[in-house]
Amino acid sequence: MEHFFSVLGIWLGVLFTFAIFSFLYKDNPVYKVAEQIFVGLSAGYWFVYTIYFILIPNLFDPLINDFAGNWIKLIPAVLGIMMLMRLMPKTGWVSRFPIALVIGTTSGVFFLRYLKSDVINQLTATMMNPFTGGDWVVIIGQIMLIVGTLTGVIYFYFSKKHEGAFGATAKVGIYFLMISFGAAFGYTAMARISLLIGRLQFLLGDWLGIISP
Amino acid sequence: MKKTILMLFLFSASLLFSQDIFFEAVDNPNDDGCAIQLRWDASNISSTKMNIERKDDGGEASLVQKVDKAEGEYMDGEDIKPSIEYVYCFSAWDENDQLIEKVESVVFAKAQWFNSEKISLLILALIITAAILFFIYSAKSGKELYIRKIAGLESIDESVGRATEMGRPILFIPGILDLDDMQTIAGLTILGKVAHKAAEYDAEIIVPVCRSMVLSTAKEVVKEAYLKAGRPDAYNPDSVFYLTDDQFGYVAGVDGIIMREKPAANFLMGAFYAESLILAETGFASGAIQTAGTAMPSQLPFFVVACDYTLIGEELFAASAYLSKEPNQLGSLKGQDLGKALFVILLAIGIVLEISGVHFLKDFLTVY
Repeated sequence: MEHFFSVLGIWLGVLFTFAIFSFLYKDNPVYKVAEQIFVGLSAGYWFVYTIYFILIPNLFDPLINDFAGNWIKLIPAVLGIMMLMRLMPKTGWVSRFPIALVIGTTSGVFFLRYLKSDVINQLTATMMNPFTGGDWVVIIGQIMLIVGTLTGVIYFYFSKKHEGAFGATAKVGIYFLMISFGAAFGYTAMARISLLIGRLQFLLGDWLGIISP
Repeated sequence: MKKTILMLFLFSASLLFSQDIFFEAVDNPNDDGCAIQLRWDASNISSTKMNIERKDDGGEASLVQKVDKAEGEYMDGEDIKPSIEYVYCFSAWDENDQLIEKVESVVFAKAQWFNSEKISLLILALIITAAILFFIYSAKSGKELYIRKIAGLESIDESVGRATEMGRPILFIPGILDLDDMQTIAGLTILGKVAHKAAEYDAEIIVPVCRSMVLSTAKEVVKEAYLKAGRPDAYNPDSVFYLTDDQFGYVAGVDGIIMREKPAANFLMGAFYAESLILAETGFASGAIQTAGTAMPSQLPFFVVACDYTLIGEELFAASAYLSKEPNQLGSLKGQDLGKALFVILLAIGIVLEISGVHFLKDFLTVY
């Protein structure tokens, strides 16, 4: 029986792989079926996941087993119930409070987090003597890091028009950005090829057995 | 009485100075009172075995750390609670397993209100906050604040107009992360402006989302935009809908919408991961005019190649201020610009100081 389900799983995997690949030609009924099953299954999966791996272990179990020690969890529970008020048109406005709380908290927390990680840490990492390191390749790399950081920040300065010397500096900044984007594009394209290789290995190995998996 | 105290003091002092082992347990500074710092120096004795123990309330000792260096320090963060007395014992044995010396140190762990190591963070936060408040006040008092042109945002009118002329919908994707990500919030702010334009032009807008909180917020944002545009009757609650939380399930659904509904304008604004190219490429194949914006450095290259306009990083966050011209948002953007100017100045000074061999500024700014 186990073998049957294993084989069935492989065949279903193959069918859905081809169904999704058929989109490369054009949108078609086979793709539509695969898409709807994928969307429906994943939505159902996340619904069950939320109940069993988030609500039960983080809310219901702690409240049932040790209410006195976990009463604070009632606050997010109430906020969650307030979100559900949207289901009734007359009480829908109540859900604005938990939304406002989440947005406000996110803004506050991230202000300091980004100030540390993206500003101060970047600042101190770039604050260096570029002429140390011995090797000329390292020295050139360090000079480029400093120039790239300075010009990049100037590109994102919105209070001044990009013209004259300021505009030229900002242009150098966008060149640095574009070069880094090009490198990142090539790197990620290679990673995507490995995903395709993974699919081909599944088809040729697990399914057809032409290559060893 | 005085003599007795003096004798006791002298006796204690002689005991202290006769110790061959230096050992102290002190409260770890700048924390929440859950760690003790232990320092020792046993270089004056010849010992083969040393260890540090901690006594609990009942006097029972438990091993904290086996010591293999004559001099050193250790941070004990195991089950330490603030305002409780802890007794640490440093013991050293000779090669015959005879105890040479045992030194005790008593300590209370304390929680600090301020972390003095993060003072530079506080100063910068105060400067930027003060600048933001100042510019908000300036904007509210009628002073005109200049913001340079951002090409990607100029295209919003063009995109919505195109969709209206063609009689096809506008697709807006606010990323795949939840409301606890700033990019999603920035994306939803832009959604408000796009929905407002769509309401004015009487164009249809489609907003598929993959998070429940984003669904509720996006519905509110679009509804509000239609109200502000004076077209509450044109608002369709089903225009904002949930697909799935699953990353690639969501992509499959959105790709299907792009191919079937054939939106004339696609907006991809928020946080994206591996799905960015799949979405942008499908949109490109459908012939839609595409505007994307994200602060995910690894996904920006895909948007740059596959979309007509791309908001790069910070431009996504500047977008709402640029579009709305509201004093609060304009002031906030100007305040952040002042922060960037400060960044450039500090960096330039810091590099000059580092070249000169002065490390004061870098040390002051470094936050662990």
